[in-house]
Amino acid sequence: MEFFRIRRTIPFMRYSLFFNAASALTFLIAVGFLIFRGLNLSIEFTGGTVMEVSYRAPADLEKIRSAIARLGWGDVQVQSFGTASDVMIRLPPRQGFSSGQQAEIVMTVLTAEPSPGEAPECAGLHAAYAEFVKHPQVERTIEASTALLGRQRELAGRCAEMRRVEFVGPQVGSELAYDGALALFCVCIFIMLYLAVRFEWKFSVAAIVANFHDVVLVVGMFSIFRWEFSLPVLAAVLAVLGYSVNESVIIFDRVREHFRTMRKASATEVIDSAITATISRTIITHGCTLMMTVTMLLFGGPALHYFALALTLGICFGVYSSVFVAAAIARWLGVKREDLVKPVKKEEQQVVP
Amino acid sequence: MNRYPLWKYLIIIAALCFGVLYTLPNFFGESPAVQIASVKATVRADTGLLSRVQDILRAAGIEQAGATLETVGLNPTVFVRFRDEDTQKRARDLLEQKLNTDPSDPTYVVAPNLVPRTPKWLQAIHALPMYLGLDLRGGVHFLMQVDLQEAVNKRLQGLEGDVRTLLRDKDVRHAGIAREGESLVIRFRDPAASAQASGVIHDAFADLALREDSVGGDAVLIATLTPAARKATQDNALSQNITTLHNRINELGVAEPVIQQQGSDRIVVELPGVQDTARAKDIIGRTATLEARLVDVSPEGQAAVMGNAPVPFGSEQFTVGRGAPVVLKKEVIFSGQQLQGAQATFDERQQPAVSIELNESAGRYMRKVTRENLKKPMAVVLFEKGRGEVLTVATIQGEFGSRFQITGLGTTQTANDLALLLRAGALAAPMQIIEERLIGPSLGKENIAAGFRSTVWGFVAISAFMCLYYAVFGIVSVLGLAINLMLLVALLSMLQATLTLPGIAAIAFTLGMAIDANVLINERVREELRKGAVPQQAIAQGYERAFATIIDSNVTTLIAGVFLFLLGSGPVRGFAVVHCLGILTSIFSAVFVSRGIVNLLYGSRKRLQSLPIGQVWRPGGAVAGAKG
Repeated sequence: MEFFRIRRTIPFMRYSLFFNAASALTFLIAVGFLIFRGLNLSIEFTGGTVMEVSYRAPADLEKIRSAIARLGWGDVQVQSFGTASDVMIRLPPRQGFSSGQQAEIVMTVLTAEPSPGEAPECAGLHAAYAEFVKHPQVERTIEASTALLGRQRELAGRCAEMRRVEFVGPQVGSELAYDGALALFCVCIFIMLYLAVRFEWKFSVAAIVANFHDVVLVVGMFSIFRWEFSLPVLAAVLAVLGYSVNESVIIFDRVREHFRTMRKASATEVIDSAITATISRTIITHGCTLMMTVTMLLFGGPALHYFALALTLGICFGVYSSVFVAAAIARWLGVKREDLVKPVKKEEQQVVP
Repeated sequence: MNRYPLWKYLIIIAALCFGVLYTLPNFFGESPAVQIASVKATVRADTGLLSRVQDILRAAGIEQAGATLETVGLNPTVFVRFRDEDTQKRARDLLEQKLNTDPSDPTYVVAPNLVPRTPKWLQAIHALPMYLGLDLRGGVHFLMQVDLQEAVNKRLQGLEGDVRTLLRDKDVRHAGIAREGESLVIRFRDPAASAQASGVIHDAFADLALREDSVGGDAVLIATLTPAARKATQDNALSQNITTLHNRINELGVAEPVIQQQGSDRIVVELPGVQDTARAKDIIGRTATLEARLVDVSPEGQAAVMGNAPVPFGSEQFTVGRGAPVVLKKEVIFSGQQLQGAQATFDERQQPAVSIELNESAGRYMRKVTRENLKKPMAVVLFEKGRGEVLTVATIQGEFGSRFQITGLGTTQTANDLALLLRAGALAAPMQIIEERLIGPSLGKENIAAGFRSTVWGFVAISAFMCLYYAVFGIVSVLGLAINLMLLVALLSMLQATLTLPGIAAIAFTLGMAIDANVLINERVREELRKGAVPQQAIAQGYERAFATIIDSNVTTLIAGVFLFLLGSGPVRGFAVVHCLGILTSIFSAVFVSRGIVNLLYGSRKRLQSLPIGQVWRPGGAVAGAKG
C-alpha cells in the first residue's frame, strides 16, 4: 500500500505568493484579535478562584448564576464543563477573603436548596455543611469535620459535590504569565540558534518565522473563539513549536541534499523537488501524531480538551507552514547553492615517510 | 553490514530487563491499609505499638494482610494492610476507639491509606509504582509565601536589644539606638565612645557589619547584618517554617505529605487524599508558642500532682508524655520568641543533650532564675490551640545565662526531637497561602481513566495503521513503540517523578512523536528500494540517512521540553519531565532497538530478494517489494 504516488515534482513554489499572502492575512487577523480582544486567560494567569461542582442531573445554569450574583462579587462566570451536570464557576480575586473561603460560601449558597436529581438525605448534609462553615476556622473541631466528611462519603455520588477548587493569588498569576512568555521567547531563540548552527541564518530565520506564525495562529484561534488559555495549553503550544520545527528541518535537509545532487537546477526547482520528496513522509508522520491528539480530544475528557485542541491545531498549522511558509521565506531571502554546499577544500597531496 | 555486534544486543536485553522490572510494580495495584502515627511530640510509634495494634485486631477477629513499622519522613508509622475496604473501615474505627482512649485529646492519628501491593523483592530494588500527582489521586495543594523580610526584621529587633544590653554591661555611653530600614543606628556624643563601642560590638556579634559615620556633629555607628548573616537568617527561617509545617501536618495523619521549598521564599505543601481544605488550612496556619516555666515544688503543688489537693494559686497543671501530671508555676522564664537556637549535641560525658541559645535579655533573666532555683526542676511547655504539653522536665544544675544545655535525655532520638520541637514551636516568619488547589478523589480517578483511554486508543490506532502500511517493518516499529512506552514508564517509576494529567498526555504525545522516527526510517528504506538499491543496502542506507534527521527533530523538541521544565510549575512541569524523558527513550527504541530487531530478522539473510515493507511504488509503474 502506498498513498502517495507522485509522478513528478509538484510546483509548490508556484503558489507560494498566494499562500504567503493568505498566511500574512490570517497572521494579521490573529494578531489583531490578540491585541484588541486578548485571551480568555485561565485563573492560573489572572488570579482568582475556580471551582467545579458536579450535580446529579443537568444543572440549571441560570439559577446558579442568579444565586451567586446575589453575593455581589461582580464578574462571576458560570459555565458547564464537559457534561451538562458538571458546572465550572470562576470567581474573581476579592479583597478580604482568604483562599478557599469564597468557594465555601458559594458551595453553601448553591446547596441551600435541593438541586434536581439529588437523594432526599442530601438536604440534611447541606444543612450540616452550612452550619459547619459558619464557624470560624479555629473553632472547627476534628470530630465535627470528620463527622461531616463521613456523611459526605456516605452520600457520595448522590448529592451535588465540589469536585475541584483552585485558588491562585494575583501575584502568582502574573509570575506564571511572565514565566510563560519567557519560556516562549527562550524556546524561539534557542531553536533559532540551533538551526543557525546546523544550517545557515536564512533557513533559521525562515523556520522560526514559519513556526512563530503557527504559534500566533494557534493562540489567535484561542482568542477568536474565546477558548480558555491555561498553563497546559501554553505547554502544548511550546511542545508543538519544538515539534513542528522538525518539519522545516527535514525539508531544509532535503533542500541541502538536492542542491548538492541537482547541480543544474534553480533554487525554486530544488525547493520544489525537496518538498515533493518529503511530502508523503510529512503527511504520514503528522497523521500519526494527529491520531494521538485526536484520540486525546475524543477520550481525554474536559480536563485535556483545550490541551489536545492546541496540539491538534498546532500540528495542522505546522505542516502547512513548513511546506508553504518556511521554504517560501527561505526562497525570498535568496537561498543559493553556495550558502549550503560548502566548497570542498582540496587536500594537499603529501608524501609521508 | 546489517549485523549488530553482541554487545549491542546485550545492551538491548539489559534495557528490556530494566524496563520490565521497573514497569512491573505498576500492575500490582494497591491494597487498603490503616496507618497509625503519633500526634504527640512525646510519644513515638514503635514496635511496642505495632504488636499492640496487632493484638487489638486479633482480639476483634479482624483479618490483616500484613503489618509493618516504617519511617515516613521523620515519623515512624505503623502500617496494617487489609484485604478489602470494608475490613479497613472496621479496623480503623476499632483502632481509633482503642488507641485514643480520650477522644478530646488523641495520642495517635489513625488514617486510612492505600499502599502499593508491590512484592518485597521488587521493593528491595526500589521498583515502585509511578508517583501520581494530586490531580490524579485527589488531595490538596498549597503554595505558601514566606515573609522573609519579617524574619530579618525579627532578627534585627533581637540584635537591637542585645546591643543595648551589651553596651550597658560594658559601660559604653550612647545617645540612643534606632532601627532604620535594615540597619541599626547607634548615636554617640563622644567619638571615643563610638570607637570603643565598635570594638565591643565587633567582638560580640560577628553577624553585624559596622560602619562609622557622623550625623549633625554626633558620631554615629551604623550596624547592618552581613550578607552571609542575612542569608543565614532567611534560610533558617525558611527551614524552621518547613519543620513547623511538618510537625503540624503529621497531626493531620496524611499518608504521604510533600513539604518542599520552592524558589527562595516559598513552600509547597501537598496533602494527597485530604479533602477538608478548611481544616488543613486551620492546622497549617496555627500559631504555637513555647514557654519555659519552673515546676511547682511546694508541698501544695506536690499534693496536687498526687491528686490530693487542688492546684495551688499561681500554678497550673499539665501532662507529660502519656499523661503523667505535673504542676508548673504560671510565671514564664523565657518564651519561644526569645529562643535563638536549639541543637542536638552531646554533653561532656558524651550523653545526648540539647544546647539552647537565648537572646541577651532572656539570658539575663535566666541567670537570675537559675541562681535562685538551683537543683530545682524546670519544664518546657508547647502551647498549641490553647492546650499546653510539657516537652521536658529538667533539673537546674548550675547558674547560667543565655547558653545552656538540657541533658539526661537518654537517646539521640529524644535529643533530636526536642531540639526540633524547640526550634519549630513557632513559625520563624509569617506565611500566606498564595495558591490552593483541591481535587476530589473521584475527579482524580476520572482523570486517570481519561488519560489511560486516550493513550491506549491512540496507540491502537497508530499500531493498526503502521502494521497495514509498512507490513513487517510496521510491526517492528510498533514493537519499538511498545518498548518505548515500557521504558518511559519504567524510568518514571524509577525516578519517582510525579505523574500528572498533562504528564499522561505527554506520554501519548511522545508516542505520537516517537513513531515519527520510524516513519522517517521506513520511508527512507522505501525510497532506497525505489531507487533500486538491494534490500540489505536499503536497510543500512535508510537507517543511516534517517538518523541525522531524527536527531535534528528531537533536539528542537528537547529545547522546548527543557524550557518548559525550567520555567513551568506544577502539572506543566510534570508534562515537561515526561516529554524530555520520552524523547530520550524514543531515540533509543526507535533507532537502536528497532534496528536491532530488523538486523535479527534480515541481517543474516544473504540472498534477500525483497523487504516486507509494504508496497513500494515506482513512478515507472513497476512494483517492488513482493509482499505489498
